[in-house]
Amino acid sequence: MGDAAPVLAIRDLRIEYPLADGGAFVAVEGASLAIQPGEIHALVGESGAGKTTIGNAVLGLIEKPGRIAAGSILIDGKPFVSGDPNGEVRLGRDIGAVFQDPMTSLNPLFTVESQLVETILAHRPMGRRAARDRALELLRSVGIPEPERRLGAYPHQLSGGQRQRVVIAAALACQPRLLVADEPTTALDVSIQAQILDLLRDLADTQGIGILLVTHNMGVVAQIADRVTIMHRGAIVESGPTAQVLRQPQADYARALIAAVPRIDVRLDRFPMLDGVNHQKAARARGAFRGKLPGTVGESAPAGEPGAPLLEVRNLTVDYQAAGWLPGVARKGFRAVDDVSFSIMPGEVFGLVGESGCGKTTIANVVAGLRRPTGGTVRFRGAAIAGEGSAGWTVRSRRAIQMIFQDPYSSLNARMRVGSILSEPILFYRLAATRDEARRDVETLIEAVGMDADAAGRFPHAFSGGQRQRLSIARALGARPTLIVCDEPTSSLDVSIQAQILNLLKDLRDATGLTLLLISHDLAVVRQMCDRVAVMKSGKLVETAAAETLFTAPEHPYTRDLLALVPTLDHVRGEPR
Amino acid sequence: MKRPGRMPVSVALACLAALVIIGVAAFAPLLAPYDPTNLKSFNLIDAELPPRFSADGDPRFILGTDNQGRDLFSTMLYGARVSIAIGGGAVLVASTIGVLLGLLAGYLGGWVDALIMRVGDVILSLPTILLALLVAGIARVLFPAASGAEWAPVILIAAIAIHEWVQYARTVRAATMVESERDYVRAVKVIGLPAHRIMLRHILPNVMGPVLVIATINLAAAVLTEATLSFLGVGMPPTYPSLGTLIRIGNEFVFSGIWWIALFPALLLVVLVLAVNVVGDWLRDRFNPKLRGR
Repeated sequence: MGDAAPVLAIRDLRIEYPLADGGAFVAVEGASLAIQPGEIHALVGESGAGKTTIGNAVLGLIEKPGRIAAGSILIDGKPFVSGDPNGEVRLGRDIGAVFQDPMTSLNPLFTVESQLVETILAHRPMGRRAARDRALELLRSVGIPEPERRLGAYPHQLSGGQRQRVVIAAALACQPRLLVADEPTTALDVSIQAQILDLLRDLADTQGIGILLVTHNMGVVAQIADRVTIMHRGAIVESGPTAQVLRQPQADYARALIAAVPRIDVRLDRFPMLDGVNHQKAARARGAFRGKLPGTVGESAPAGEPGAPLLEVRNLTVDYQAAGWLPGVARKGFRAVDDVSFSIMPGEVFGLVGESGCGKTTIANVVAGLRRPTGGTVRFRGAAIAGEGSAGWTVRSRRAIQMIFQDPYSSLNARMRVGSILSEPILFYRLAATRDEARRDVETLIEAVGMDADAAGRFPHAFSGGQRQRLSIARALGARPTLIVCDEPTSSLDVSIQAQILNLLKDLRDATGLTLLLISHDLAVVRQMCDRVAVMKSGKLVETAAAETLFTAPEHPYTRDLLALVPTLDHVRGEPR
Repeated sequence: MKRPGRMPVSVALACLAALVIIGVAAFAPLLAPYDPTNLKSFNLIDAELPPRFSADGDPRFILGTDNQGRDLFSTMLYGARVSIAIGGGAVLVASTIGVLLGLLAGYLGGWVDALIMRVGDVILSLPTILLALLVAGIARVLFPAASGAEWAPVILIAAIAIHEWVQYARTVRAATMVESERDYVRAVKVIGLPAHRIMLRHILPNVMGPVLVIATINLAAAVLTEATLSFLGVGMPPTYPSLGTLIRIGNEFVFSGIWWIALFPALLLVVLVLAVNVVGDWLRDRFNPKLRGR
């Protein structure tokens, strides 16, 4: 395929957004890349790197007032003029697009058939019957079971994976030369992700389509991409064959990025990184706070004999009930958590993994006291705090269990200064004698999570996602807890920020002896963090084991499937197995 | 986006206008040339004199006189005072009740929510004026001593507020339900803060934006409702006229060529309402830190 014309050739592309002061924000600068027929070219980078901007530029979707200031984009050797109905290159016919969320890329009010037929007829003059046959053929080619029946289905009647297949089918309707796939599997569970990736690889191999794959997931890149381009702040830092770039990255940034990807094959003590955090100051602050952790303010050390679990969940069941037509009259619901039992020892990092909807977040909410269980018991230091026979939460147990949330953008109150947010638990539990002492405690906390104490006077919107997550951790620490429930603490963060946050959690655990319950869908993160792991599926616990055992010798077939399906850097495409 | 801290010229003008009107109204007894509430200070012979600047105007009366011979300028100042006090009072009472009930309904849910919102539905199914007439009538029967002019504003405020709180409650309830599900509220629940503190300290500031906007729009509506009630004979008596009462009185004379009695109070009312709206809008953006930083 070396001498064929590239399906996509980008040369010296520069995209800028004019600013109010007359200057311009340069989103992409001097970017060049080429995609041959049948090739999958991955464009990777962290948020703000400009990878999606390039994807949008290829599709002619740069939003005003942004503009292509220099350079050229040629599709099959021809320029693409967006909005020109008679142009040589047309979106939908010559270029197909697949976006992240399959739920919003399909119109919920139309059937699969009408959406596919509409796309086909827009570019090809043919009869309705012929178009329907073509739609059927497309559904077959993307591997949807029972395509005849699915034609009449509405988007909500399909699963997430099937919806994404329909989106791909629509993109393929007119046999495009180029497919732009922007994070096509990010919203999907690993098992479905694996199927969609196989499908994309298959389309490139059998139909010779060139695919521009925009993604942040290095595992996905390793699994299906032929070539990879790494971007950082609008510029290309490295580009080449996948195996070469992932195994021997040359640029510093490329090396740091690849090192930050959590590995599933081996557990590392810490992620290696260059992060600019003042570790000495942070460590000193953690030391200063250690005397106050955990639960050593005016009360005895944790009760119970040695060897007793800190948290014990027995036969936990949670039903969700839809609201009825009258308050108090509930309709039949569904069982989110079904007879789950596990226990967490003091000082342990306990992982709870599973695909979306498996009930892991519901368990987090029950443990943190945000939801009442339907049945079963949760015991903390031997005393029932929720469920059957519980006396309810005491001030002490309430304070001892804190939580860190997934979305750092909604977990801090936008209308309060960081200092007030962080002092809330300290003042409420009277953990400081004076307001002055509370203020100093807040500053120590902020330094303990690796930030500068002057953050206290600012509002949350002044901080990035990673910094907000650090502040969120500081708030949880402020109550001087024994157990912190971490619900997907890094899944909305970039990989290098994720590595920093995970390192921070490890540092805090080592410095203070905290116990962590880590909820995650990311097996690699769990491998790096946890001492013991429980795997959930459809509300049930399928396997609980020490982390090393679980990852090296999984017992349950579901665990084995999950581990096999995670795209990792263990095996890079193009390398001999 | 707007620069933080800098006030656009239009807002500065509106702010100035609102402050001047409110200030002048507040100090009406000191500023007005005559006291329209003092029967001895005016004479029926002076009735319906045109403004000073027109051909047959009387130099004693800047904006002319009304149908009872009162100086229109002085009566307007006193009228603005009554209008602002009743409108502002009604908005304050309605928003306080509405915001608190809305917070309770949205945060607690269940039967508390059902009870508050169904009562609100019943109240909204009655027309404002009808309900206000009912309240005013009942108040007069229950407290015969309260039928004097000094109690009229209190009854008017109650009559308007009893209808208007529902709007605030509905808006705040919806916003509270959204905010309650957000992680920052879940975080303070995990910390263990009591419900009242979560509602007042954490949720309230995040649901106040729309309340401020409703309040400014409602200030105009309350002033108008008050005028209507006065027209129907249950509002301010003609001896203590509000701007609305004055417009209504003037309205009867417009077709006789006596235009000033209705026009000047109406202009004052328009300027007041417009100024308050512009300022309210700006305040809404200004108090939103999400917009401020950009």
